[in-house]
Amino acid sequence: MSIDLSQFIPTFLEESFEGLELMESSLLNLKQGDDDSINAIFRAAHSIKGGAGTFGFNRVTDFTHEVETLLDEMRDGRRNITPHDTDLLLKSVDCIRLLIESARDGIECNDPQIDANFRAIQLSLNNDDVVADACSTPSDDPACAAEEERVGWLIKFVPSHEILQTGNDVLRLFIALEEFGQYTTEVDLGELPPLAELDPQECHLTWKLTLTSDCSLDDVNEVFEWVEDECQLVVTPLQASQTKANEEQGISDDVVAEAAEVIQPQASAPVISEAEKVPVQSVGSIRVGIDKVDALINRVGELVITQAMLKQIGNELNELDDDNDTLTRLREGLVQLEGNSRDLQEDVMRIRMLPINFVFNRFPRMVYDVSSKLGKQVELKLSGESTELDKTVMEKIGDPLVHLVRNSLDHGLETPDERIAAGKEPTGTVHLNAYHQGGYINIDISDDGRGLNTEKIREKALEKGLINADQSFSDQEINELIFAPGFSTADAVSDLSGRGVGMDVVRRNIESLGGHVSLSSTPGKGSIFSVSLPLTLAILDGQLISVAGQTYIVPLVSIVESIQIQQAALKGIAGQQSLYLYREQYIPLYSIRTLFDLPDKTSEFDEGMIIIVESSGHKYALLVDELKDQQQVVLKSLESNYMAVEGISGATILGNGGVALIIDIKGLNNLKKQPTSFDTSPQMLQGVCA
Amino acid sequence: MARILVVDDSASIRNMVSFTLKQQSYETVEAVDGNDGLAKAQSGRFDLVITDVNMPGMDGITLCSKLRLLPAFKFIPVLILTTESSPDLKMRGKNAGATGWLVKPFNPDKLLSTIKRVIR
Repeated sequence: MSIDLSQFIPTFLEESFEGLELMESSLLNLKQGDDDSINAIFRAAHSIKGGAGTFGFNRVTDFTHEVETLLDEMRDGRRNITPHDTDLLLKSVDCIRLLIESARDGIECNDPQIDANFRAIQLSLNNDDVVADACSTPSDDPACAAEEERVGWLIKFVPSHEILQTGNDVLRLFIALEEFGQYTTEVDLGELPPLAELDPQECHLTWKLTLTSDCSLDDVNEVFEWVEDECQLVVTPLQASQTKANEEQGISDDVVAEAAEVIQPQASAPVISEAEKVPVQSVGSIRVGIDKVDALINRVGELVITQAMLKQIGNELNELDDDNDTLTRLREGLVQLEGNSRDLQEDVMRIRMLPINFVFNRFPRMVYDVSSKLGKQVELKLSGESTELDKTVMEKIGDPLVHLVRNSLDHGLETPDERIAAGKEPTGTVHLNAYHQGGYINIDISDDGRGLNTEKIREKALEKGLINADQSFSDQEINELIFAPGFSTADAVSDLSGRGVGMDVVRRNIESLGGHVSLSSTPGKGSIFSVSLPLTLAILDGQLISVAGQTYIVPLVSIVESIQIQQAALKGIAGQQSLYLYREQYIPLYSIRTLFDLPDKTSEFDEGMIIIVESSGHKYALLVDELKDQQQVVLKSLESNYMAVEGISGATILGNGGVALIIDIKGLNNLKKQPTSFDTSPQMLQGVCA
Repeated sequence: MARILVVDDSASIRNMVSFTLKQQSYETVEAVDGNDGLAKAQSGRFDLVITDVNMPGMDGITLCSKLRLLPAFKFIPVLILTTESSPDLKMRGKNAGATGWLVKPFNPDKLLSTIKRVIR
C-alpha cells in the first residue's frame, strides 16, 4: 500500500513561506521574555521541519532541526535572546527559504551561506554531539548471546491498574503481536479483587505470553512502547526446548481475548451519539489556485459583455410595440440581469483582493538590514496594512516600493549624529501608509529626514544635460527631475540605492500598472513619495473616442483635459511634428489618425477634439474626431488573443459586440519615433527619442 | 466506520493525515488547534484523536488532559503527533493521558498500521 502525498506539496510550500514570514516578523520584534513570539517562531519552524520530512526534503529538515533546537533553548529559558542569535535566526530564515525553494524546483542548493549558517548555529548551540551520539546508540540486545537457538520470546506483562485510563487496550497490544507470529497467552487472575470491590475502570490481570516468531527484541518492545511506563515487562528469549512445555499449557487466544474484553467495559460502551445533531464547523477559508480565479474573472467579463449586448437589443426592442406583455417582462429581466452581473463582477473581483500587508510584511526585515548596514537608527511605521488591492497589482508593486523605501533610508534619513546636530531625535522615522481613494489605492512613503536637496538636483540635471542653465523651474519641478531617466543623486553608487535602477524605473513600473507617483519635500523636515495605483488591472475606466468611424478607448487616468481644437494654438514645425500651445506651453500634438494610419487625413486638423494626456510627467495632445461615453471596460489582452501591437495596450468588447482598442498612452511615445528640434522640454525629447 | 479527530495547526499535515485516513474509509474531522479540537471533540463521538503538540492557543498535551476529563473521552485513544521521540515529551504526554505517539516525518503506511493498533 502506498499513498501519493505529492498533491500536498503546494500547500506545504505556501504554508512554509507564510511560516517563514511569520518567523521573520516575530524575530524582528523579539524581546527577552516574549514567550508568545518565541512559541510562534518555534511552531513555524517545527511545522516546516515536520512537513519537509514527510516529503523527503531532507536538507530542509536537517537545517530546520538545528534552528528548532536553538529556538527550543530560548523557549525553555536556557538561552538568552542576544542580537547575535536573532541575527543568526534571521539568516537561517533566509537559508530555509532558499532550501525550500530549491526543493520545490528539484535542484540542489549550493549556496555557501547555508553551510556557513548551519555551522554557525551548531557552534552557537555548542552541542556535545559525541554525547548525543553515544546516547542514541541502541542499548545492546540482551538476547544477542542466545540468538542461535532462539525461536521466539517469552513475555511477562504486568500492566498497571491505570493502563486503561490512557486509552490503551491490552487486547490490541496482543493483536499487534499477532503480526509477528503465533502466540499463546496465560492469564493470571490472582490479583483480581472480589466483584464487590472491583473497579471496572482498572486492570488487575497479568499475562504470560509465548510468542513463536523470528522477530527481534526491538519489534516486541515497539509493540509495548506506548505502555512501557505503565507496566512491568519482562521479555526473555524463548529457547527451542521450552516451546514444547509451553504448548502443553495450551491456553487459547480466545480466552485472553475474552478476558481482555471483560476488563474494559467502559471503553467499548457506546457513547451516546450526539454527533449528528451538530454540523461540522465550516472552514474559514479555502485555498484556490490563482488560475482558477482568473478563469472565473475572465468568464464573468464575458458575461458582462453578453449582458451589454442583450441590453442593447433590449433598447432596440423599445422602439417596437409597447403593449406586448412578453416584451415588458423581457425588459424587466434584462434590468435584473444588468444588476446581477454587475454585482457578480464586483464580488469576483473582490476574490483577488488581498490586504497590502503582503507587501508591507517584507519591510520590517528590509529596514532592519539596511539601517544596520548604513549605521542609521530607523523606526518603521506601517499603517493601513489591511487596505486591499488586486493580487496582480500587489505582485508588481513590491519592487517599486522597496526601491522607494530604500531611497528614503539611504538618501532621505540622516545618520544619528547629523540628526542630533539638526536638533532632531537620533532615530529617524519611515512611515508607510496605505489608503483607498476613489478607485485607487494610495501608498505614501514618508520620512522625517533631510528632504530633497533641490540645489544638488539642479546641478546634477545641468551636468546631465537634462535642463538648460537659462531655464527657470520651480523647486517642485526640479525635484521631479529625480524621476527623469538617467538621473541619480548619489555621489558614489552605493550598495543600496544605486544598483543601476533609478527612480525613472520606479516611475515607469508604477505607470505601467496604470498608476502614478509624485513627491513633495520640505528641506530639513523630510519628504513624501505618494504612489497611486488602480485597485485592479482587470477593469479600466475609459473614455471612448471616435476616429474615422472607429472607436478607441483612452484610459481616463491619463486624461488631463479635453478641449476643442483652436487653429491659433496649432504650430507645425520642421517635418511632420506638430505642436500645440497648451497653457502657454508647446506640447507635442499627435493625430490618432496619422499614428494608426487611418483614412481621411486631409482635413483632420480643421475640426475635432484635443485630448491632453499625461504620461511620465510629460503632456501630449491627442487629436481625435469625437468624444463619446465614459465607461468601465473589461480589459482583454491583445497579446494573448492576437499579437502585441505598439501603441495599443489591450482591447475590450463593447456592448454592440464590436471590439475597441485601448490606446497605450506611454506606448505612443515609441510609435512616434521622430527626432524633432523643439527645445521647450528636453526631458520630453529624451522620452520621444528613447 | 471509525471516526477520527485530527488536530494540527499545519494545514498540510492535517490534510495529509486526513487524506490518508479517508483513503482507508475512516471518517475524519479536522481541527486547527487545541481549542478547536476540544470544541469539536465535544460536538460528536470519536473513536480516536490524533493531535499535534505545538499549536497556538491550546497545545496537544493540554488538549489531551482536557479530553480525559470528559466522560466520553476517558478511554478513547489519543495519539500525539511529534517530530522527535524525546522521552521528556513522551512523559508529559503520558501524564496527560495520551495513549501513544506518532513520530513525524509522517509516513502514510506507518500511520495506518499504527492506527490499526488503537482502532478495531
